[in-house]
Order: sequence, then structure tokens, then C-alpha cells
Amino acid sequence: MTASIMTWPILSVVTFLPVVGALAIYVIRGSEESGARNARWIALWTTVITFAVSLILVQRFDPSSPEFQFVEKAPWLAAGIGYHMGVDGISLPLVILTTALMPFCIIASWKSVTLRVREYMMAFLILETLMVGTFSALDLVLFYLFFEGSLIPMFLIIGVWGGPRRVYATFKFFLYTLLGSVLMLLAIIALYLQVGTTDIPTLLHSNLPRNLQTWAWLAFFASFAVKMPMWPVHTWLPDAHVEAPTAGSVVLAAILLKMGGYGFLRFSLPMFPLASADFAPLIFTLSVIAIVYTSLVALMQEDIKKLIAYSSVAHMGFVTMGIFAGTTQGIAGGVFQMVSHGIVSGALFLCVGVVYDRMHTREIAAYGGLVNRMPLYAMVFMVFTMANVGLPGTSGFIGEFLTLLGTFRVNIPTATVATLGIILSACYALWLYRKVVFGAMVKPSLASIKDLTWREGVTLAPLVVLTILFGVYPKPVLDMSAASVNLLVQNYASALTAVKAAALLP
Amino acid sequence: MIQAIVFLPLIGALIAGAIALIGAHARHPSGDTVDHDGHGDHAHGNDAPLVVHTSYDEDPQVSPMGPDDRGHHVLPLELQAAGSRAAEWITTGLLMVAAALSWLTLVDVGFMHHDLRVTLLPWINSGELQVAWTLRVDTLTAVMLVVVNTVSALVHLYSIGYMHDDPHRPRFFGYLSLFTFAMLMLVTADNLVQMFFGWEGVGLASYLLIGFWYQRPSANAAAIKAFVVNRIGDFGFLLGICTVFFLVGSTDFETIFAAAPGLTGRTIDFFGLNVDALTLACLLLFMGAMGKSAQFLLHTWLPDAMEGPTPVSALIHAATMVTAGVFMVARLSPLFELSPVAQNVVLLFGATTAFFAATVGLVQNDIKRIVAYSTCSQLGYMFVAMGTGAYSVGMFHLFTHAFFKALLFLGAGSVIHAMHHEQDIRHMGGLKDRIPFTYVAMVIGTLALTGFPLTAGYFSKDAIIEAAFASGHSVAFYAFLMTVIAAGLTSFYSWRLVFKTFHGTPHDRAHYTAAHESPITMLIPLGVLAAGSFLAGFPFKELFAGHGVAEFFRDSLKVNPQIIEAMHHVPAAVAYAPTAMMVLGFLVSWMFYVSSPNMPVELANRMPWLYNFLLNKWYFDEAYDAIFVRPAKRFGRFLWKAGDGAIIDGLGPDGITARVLDVTRGVVRLQTGYLYHYAFAMLIGVAGLITWFLLGSGSH
Repeated sequence: MTASIMTWPILSVVTFLPVVGALAIYVIRGSEESGARNARWIALWTTVITFAVSLILVQRFDPSSPEFQFVEKAPWLAAGIGYHMGVDGISLPLVILTTALMPFCIIASWKSVTLRVREYMMAFLILETLMVGTFSALDLVLFYLFFEGSLIPMFLIIGVWGGPRRVYATFKFFLYTLLGSVLMLLAIIALYLQVGTTDIPTLLHSNLPRNLQTWAWLAFFASFAVKMPMWPVHTWLPDAHVEAPTAGSVVLAAILLKMGGYGFLRFSLPMFPLASADFAPLIFTLSVIAIVYTSLVALMQEDIKKLIAYSSVAHMGFVTMGIFAGTTQGIAGGVFQMVSHGIVSGALFLCVGVVYDRMHTREIAAYGGLVNRMPLYAMVFMVFTMANVGLPGTSGFIGEFLTLLGTFRVNIPTATVATLGIILSACYALWLYRKVVFGAMVKPSLASIKDLTWREGVTLAPLVVLTILFGVYPKPVLDMSAASVNLLVQNYASALTAVKAAALLP
Repeated sequence: MIQAIVFLPLIGALIAGAIALIGAHARHPSGDTVDHDGHGDHAHGNDAPLVVHTSYDEDPQVSPMGPDDRGHHVLPLELQAAGSRAAEWITTGLLMVAAALSWLTLVDVGFMHHDLRVTLLPWINSGELQVAWTLRVDTLTAVMLVVVNTVSALVHLYSIGYMHDDPHRPRFFGYLSLFTFAMLMLVTADNLVQMFFGWEGVGLASYLLIGFWYQRPSANAAAIKAFVVNRIGDFGFLLGICTVFFLVGSTDFETIFAAAPGLTGRTIDFFGLNVDALTLACLLLFMGAMGKSAQFLLHTWLPDAMEGPTPVSALIHAATMVTAGVFMVARLSPLFELSPVAQNVVLLFGATTAFFAATVGLVQNDIKRIVAYSTCSQLGYMFVAMGTGAYSVGMFHLFTHAFFKALLFLGAGSVIHAMHHEQDIRHMGGLKDRIPFTYVAMVIGTLALTGFPLTAGYFSKDAIIEAAFASGHSVAFYAFLMTVIAAGLTSFYSWRLVFKTFHGTPHDRAHYTAAHESPITMLIPLGVLAAGSFLAGFPFKELFAGHGVAEFFRDSLKVNPQIIEAMHHVPAAVAYAPTAMMVLGFLVSWMFYVSSPNMPVELANRMPWLYNFLLNKWYFDEAYDAIFVRPAKRFGRFLWKAGDGAIIDGLGPDGITARVLDVTRGVVRLQTGYLYHYAFAMLIGVAGLITWFLLGSGSH
């Protein structure tokens, strides 16, 4: 940790820069129109600068060290509850994913959001702070505030700028996540009472009693499983996606879902290894059910966004499965799959947004034959469809492949059933593509639909590049996380062998 | 040199793709035109619909499609893509260079023994898993390089003529070259993961090319079917990779082969069953091969794939991609060699496919589908060779088959071209006088396919049948019987095709008189392949199926000298059996379709069940639809409506939400403000409360 003393608190800057932008939007007022324009530009510049600063993290990050880096510590609420920030190889990719995707969200909202633009942009900027904070907090209380706080702007984004059934969707979303968060809060209190601190690195090194591990694991699980979302607490996701504005869907699918996976990696596995091993069969079961069940459900959807939402649940099933396999490939694959899914699902929702902005419907049956008028769009959509299907050469393959490989080593039936997902994903993804893009253009309503604008092209092109780049050369992401993943696997394995050895003693 | 061979097609694909995209984009207005319109009323708010008509819009109506439109007249009104010429010649030229280099490589590797391995980039590194992008060139690869690039170059050239009035030629040539690149990555793979990359890459290209005429629903359906059925095979392939990695801790071929002998006898617990580890790995991998090579049970996609343009059928669905499964077994022969059970399974499926596909081919009427079933059947022959352990013999048939089957497909394409996209042989007849060159080419292809003495097929196919006999055990004898019977059936349906198409009297006068010989770009490939249908046989006989095998292939595949030796000592009756069957098939075909043409009708009337059984391809499509497709959809709908809807939501959030909504509705009615302000305030309150609580509990 001493190696990462910086002249300036770079991580805090990345975290709180968006809030500064939000404040600027709040302070600078104007007529409705100029206010909206200012808000857009301020939001864009803020997110771009935040991303640029976050790249300094990448540049200065030492991938060979599994320790937390860029650590900042300050006394805060009370003894044992401090302001403690830092990233390691597991959280940094997610931080970068967040900062990288936010500018796209702002650009995607440029024209499509016309109502309360200032508030909208502020909500997104605050959300960015909370998300980056979630991934870089090293104190449980701090983590909890960021983690749960992120719910509020998301709740507003769907509730204010959402579709016709937004009230239903927000309440569903809220109810599910609230349930989990209350339980997690109780577990945090219990941990604090047991260890006397909420400092995460300290907790990571303290061997918790088995009983506490079990209960805390379950409580954390309640929260993370909802966020992930895992079957059967996934039903909020399709509704939330359907009602959310495009950029809301992008953030939801690309980043908010990753908080659950990140939670499993940061807390469940390293802090409660015994409970994790005990409950791994449960996770495996839920994961393969998620993969097969939601893929089948996706097959029958009539709404583009719902279909993609269900496919997200299936893809997250690979993540949970890989994480709890506890093998290097499983966990590295889980991290990679989160990054990849962030890019691909975000891009898919952007693609849906493109046609939604033109036709104002998400019904699959309302489309057909778009390739005849939108060849660029068809090409871009094809790339992301293939990445969603997990075609080798796209980033979608690497994560699925690694998680399957890692899981196969510990549980063959789980890996075998999960592999069915590659058949089913091909079914629903290609079916969607055929219905929307291929075919003759016979619907009069589509006759004058236009291809991508330059703004849409600018948002989608980098994602196309990243999808293929990480599919052919995933090394940057895998290397970034390798050391931390290895440490996690080692600690997990040694915790389990220690218990086994103890059990063998008379 | 190998980098050039592999990446020239990719460069071609990228250039053609860029031309296609730029051209398409230029023809279709982007949404930016709307933006310019929108600037004027920006001040009035942005609620105006984003889609507006602009004056230069093209005719929104899709041009009408003829009912029997099978080909490239899909959009007669559409303009030719700009740069089509450039895209065609760039891709074709690059492929020709790659093909020439491939032949040099074959000489260099096969005779000079300059095996090569070039590591390009690291790919997936995680723990013990170390996968790199590597190009491996040994004799097995070099043979495939020659096959792939030669046929691909010829098909590119042929397509210039065949697709000449298609408006989407840059896209077509881009796909063709993309396919070639993926196929080359497959055959040069040095590890299972890269092989899987090429494997799925060719699957993607196949999907794109089958669905090339994307306006046709049948083409789209066929494309998806091909991809999904292949994915079922890939399910096995992927699990096979997992099993190998589980056993060996690596996916590199050399490491696997080195470790494999030590794995004999090891078992794996697979769903409660204790199965032999190597057998499991081989069978899972073979499942991938079955999908890609359209073997029995996973064959249903191949006939449907004929929806694609005919050059595609020749390249992908005859000469190269479908042989990837055979190549895979050859590449992994050191592994299969250690599992007699897996070998017998390969043998069994190969023999069954050879017979099954030939029976279906007897009664089909679509010229391309007949050739497709014939391909399916011949792939079965190749697997029979693999199963007997005569891997080089299977590769021999792969090599010769690539030439004469591509010839048959391109010849069929020439017929279709001449007949203005008529594909039903019942509507043809007497064409030999109108298109004599094509006729000669088709006859040469048929001779080679049926194994007429001294043609290429004669050497390779007879060798397989001899190998099956020489193996001696019961499964091999089954394979021997099936392949001999299939040889007769093959001869029958092949000549049936020739007689019904080229002989007799024309059934459609208008089509007949309008029939015209194809342009030179199409005839050159026919000529080259016709030459290949002879030259690929005898000169290579010793290298693939004779005494030169060990010297030629060395370590690139497993060579079993005892099988090769035993093949040369089979009884004369066995050696002549396939030739006799060929003659028999020809005679029956002659009788049925030339001398007494009402015989087949009578036969069909006397045994309608058999006729319908064959015509409907043993009812596989119907059975799969009833067993898998419809139940899956029903189950999906059930899970959605009952599982997600009634149970999870009904018991969970909806019940609670209903209550909450009742309350808030009352609140909203009372107040004029926004619900969300309250929600916001409420959440801030909750957050504050939590903070305070933690603060309090933390302070003592």
C-alpha cells in the first residue's frame, strides 16, 4: 500500500468529479433551452474528463501487485468507520468500464431526452459518482452508502423519464433491491460488532466464525443476487429495462448489474470462504437455471428490450457460476464477462435506442427488413448480436469460455448444463436479428427510416472496436485482474484446506 | 509466407466489406439528413417525430419478387453497388495469390519437410490456460490450405460471372473472403481454442452467406437453422475442450498428444457415470464434427443451406467447411487412436450417414439438394475412413471430393444460370445441346463421384471401402456393407440427375430455348476443376493411401501402416464390389430415366410409403420440430407466463406493489405535486436514517 502514495487523491477525484459537474449544472441556470444545452455540454465534458482522469489510474496501476492501490484513508464517522478508498485488479476494470461508458450515455440522451434535461443530466452524473464509489470503497459503510445510493438516481431516471408503466417498474425495482439492502445492512452491523471495524482490508484478513459467515453470506447474497440479478429474483430487470430511457438501460445493464458480481468477488468469496463453499451448489443451481430458464423465456419475447434483458440474466448466470467455481479461470472469466457484458449489452441497448428514437416502439413485430434502409445499423447490430451469442473473436466468447472452463474443473454437470446456453443464445439472438433486421421491407411505417446519424455512429463505433479488440486480444483486461484473481483463488483454497485439516484433527 | 496465405483473404474481406458499407451508406440516407431538417424548429422543442420524409427518398416500395425467384434478380430496380468491380477483382486476385502460395507450401512441407509454427499474439492467458494465436503448418494443414485456397479462388472467379447482376456483390465477395480467412484459421490452428475460433468463424460466414438474400424468408430460416444446428455440435466441441483442459491442463495440440497415452484407463465422473476420460473427450469433440460435417442426426441443416447462392454451396457446403469435421478428427487422430469406442462411434455414424443420405438423394428433385445429399453421404465415407484408423485415406477422399464436388455444384450453378434460376430437374431435360460445356463438366464430375476407374473418386472411395473391409471387426463390416450399397445408390442418383437434366426432351420449351452457356469466368473454374477431378487421384494415390503415407504426413496425423498394408491385400471381390455397384447403379438409372421413363412412377405408386419416407428425408425435420422446437417454445412461454408472471411476480413484488400502489394513488390524488419528489424525499430520509443509525452504533 505504501507504493501507491500519490501527490493527489486521484481516486477521489475520479469518484467525485461527476458530482462537481452536477453542481455546475445546478448552479448555471438559464432559459429552458439554453439551460438544457448547457446541461448537456457540461455533462458531456464532465464525463469525458472523468474518463480521461481514470485513464491515469490504468497507466499508474501496477498489475503485478494484488494489493489495493491508490489507497486513500481518512478518519470519518467513527473509530473503525473511515473514508477508505482503493482499487485492485478486480475493481479497476469495473471503474474504467463505468467512466468509459458514461460519455456514451450522455451522447445517447442528447436528442432523445427533452424533458427536464438539467435534472436528467444531474441524475446521471450523481449516479456515476455513486457507481465509481461502489467499486472503489474500502470501507463497508462507505460501500453501503454508494451501493444503495446508486438506487436513488436510477429510481428517478426510470420513474421520471421512463415509459408508460414506469411507476410499476420503479416500485418493483425498488422493492426487490430494498429487501436485499436491509438484510445487507444488518449483516454489516453484525460484522462491525464482531470485528470492531468496517474496514474491508482488515475484514478480509480476519477469520470469521463459521456461523457468522453463514448468516452474513446469506444476507449479502440477498442483496447481490437481486442486483445481479439471479434467478428467481430477476423479474424486476425486464420491466425496469422496458420502462427505462435508453441511457438508463445502458447504465443498468452495463454497470449496475455488475455491482452484484463485484459484491460476490469482494465480500462473499474472500470474507466468507467457508460459507461460499457451502453454498456454491446453491449458486451453481441458480446459475444454470438462470442460463437455461431465462434463455427459453427470451426466446418467446415480443419486446426487443425485454429479450435483451432476459439474455442479460442468462449471461450473468455465467458470471455467478464462474465466481463460485473458485478457480482461476472461473473468476478471471467472471471478471472478464462482466466487462464484456458491460460493453456488449450497453451497445445492444444503444442499438435498440436507435430504432426506438425513430419509431417509438420496441415491439419486435413492428420491425423487419431494416437492413434494406439501414445497412450500417445492420452491420453494427450484427457485431453485437454475435458478441451476445458468444462468437469467438468477440469479447463475449472469452468470458463464457473461461467461466465454463473454470467451472468444468470443479463441477462437470453444472458446466455441461450451462453450455446449453450457447445453443439457446444463438436461437433467441438470431431470431431477434432476423425479425428486426432481415427480411423484405414491407411495413409502410418503416419505409422512410434512416440509417445511423453521425452521433449514433460515434457512440457505437468505439464499442464495435472494443468488442472485437477484446475478443482477439483480451490481454489488457485479463492481465489487469490476474494478480488479484490469483490471490483471491489462493486465499479461498487455503481457507478451505485449513478447515479440512482442522476437521481431520482428533 | 503462411502469414500471407492466411491474411490476404482477410485483407480482401475487409476491403470488400468497406466498399460494401460505403456503397450501401451512400445509397441509403443516414439519419443526419433529419438532423439538418430539425435545426429549424429546434426552438419549438424536440417533440417532432424524428422520421420525416425527404424529397430524395427512394421508392419505399420493395420491388416485387417473382414466385420462383431463386437467385440474383431479387432487386432488379436496385442499383449496382459502386465499386463492385474493384471488390470482385481485389478479393479474387488476393485469393489467387494465396492459392499459388498454398501449392508452394504443400511442396515445401510435404516433400521438403519444412514444418512451421509461427506465434503471432498471445490470446487467452489465465492461470494454466495459455492460448496463443499460432499458425501451424504441417502436411495435414498444407493439404487443407491447398484445398481451401484453390477451391476458394475458383469460386471467387466463378462468382464474378454467376453474381454479375446482383446488386450486393461487394458484400458477397467480402463474405466469401471472410469465410476463407476463418477456414484458414481453422486449419492452421495449433490449439483447440483457435480451432474453435475458426470453427465458429466459418459458421458465421456460412450463416451470412446462406442468408445472403436476406429478403427471402426461406433463406433466413435456413441460415438460422444452419447456425443453431452447428451450435448443437459446438456444445459438444466446447465441452470437449473443457474435458481436455481438465485432463491435460492445456489446449495445445503437442501437449495434449504428449499427455494422451498417459490418460488411458482414466475415468471421469460424468453425471454419476464413470466414463473413460479419453472416450468422453473424443465423443464430445466428435459431436462438434458431426454438426459441422452434417452427420446423421445433425445433418438437417445442410440441405436447407442450399438456399444460399450456388457458389457458396460449392465452396462452403461441399468442398471446405463441411469437411472441417473430418479434418478435426484427422488432426486429433492421436487422441481418437487411443479410444476404440470413439473410433467405432465415428465409424458407425459415418457409415449410417453414407447410406442414409444416399437413400434420400434418390428421390429429390431440386438439383442442388441432390448434390447436397450426395455431399452428406460422401462425408460419411470420410468418417468411415477415420473410424477405421486410415486417417490419410479419409484425407485423400476429402482432397479428391473437394474437386469433383465443387465441380458438380458449380456445374449445377451453370445449369441454374442457364435456366434462369430454375432448380427443379423435372422442369429440365435435353440441355446437353444447349450447354455442352457444362454438360461435359457435369459428366466428368459424376464419373469422379461415382468412382469410375481412373477418376479421382475411384482411387479415394475404393480405398475407403477396402479399409472398412480390411479392419475386420463387426462395426467395420457394417460400414463396409453400407458404403458398398451407398456406392450403388450414389451412382443411381448421380446419373439420374444427369439424365433428367441433360437428356430426354425439354419439359419447358421457353426455358429450354432461352438457355445459354455461361460466361468465361464461370467456365474456367469448371475446366480447372474437371481437370482436378482426374489429376487429384492417381498422382496422389501413393502419398495418401499407399506406401508414401508415413513419409508424406509424418507426425501430422496418426499413420497405421498395418491398415494401409491390409487394404492392398483384400480379396478381389471386395476390390471390385464398388465398381460393380457403380455399373449397376448406372444401368438402373439408364433404364429408369432413358429407356423406360415410366418405371420410376410405377415403382413410386406401388410403394408410396417408401417413396414418401425418402422424399420427406426420413421425416427428420418433422420429428425435430415436434420433439425439440415446439416444446422448447411452449416451455419458454410457460416459464415466462407461469414462472415469471404468475409465480415469482404474483407471490413476490406484484402482491406488495399492488398494496403500495393503492396507498400512493391515494396520496397522489391528495397532492398536486409529483410522486417522485416524495419518493426522492423518502429515499433521502431512509439514507439519512441509516447513516444516523450507523453513526450511533459506531460511537459506543
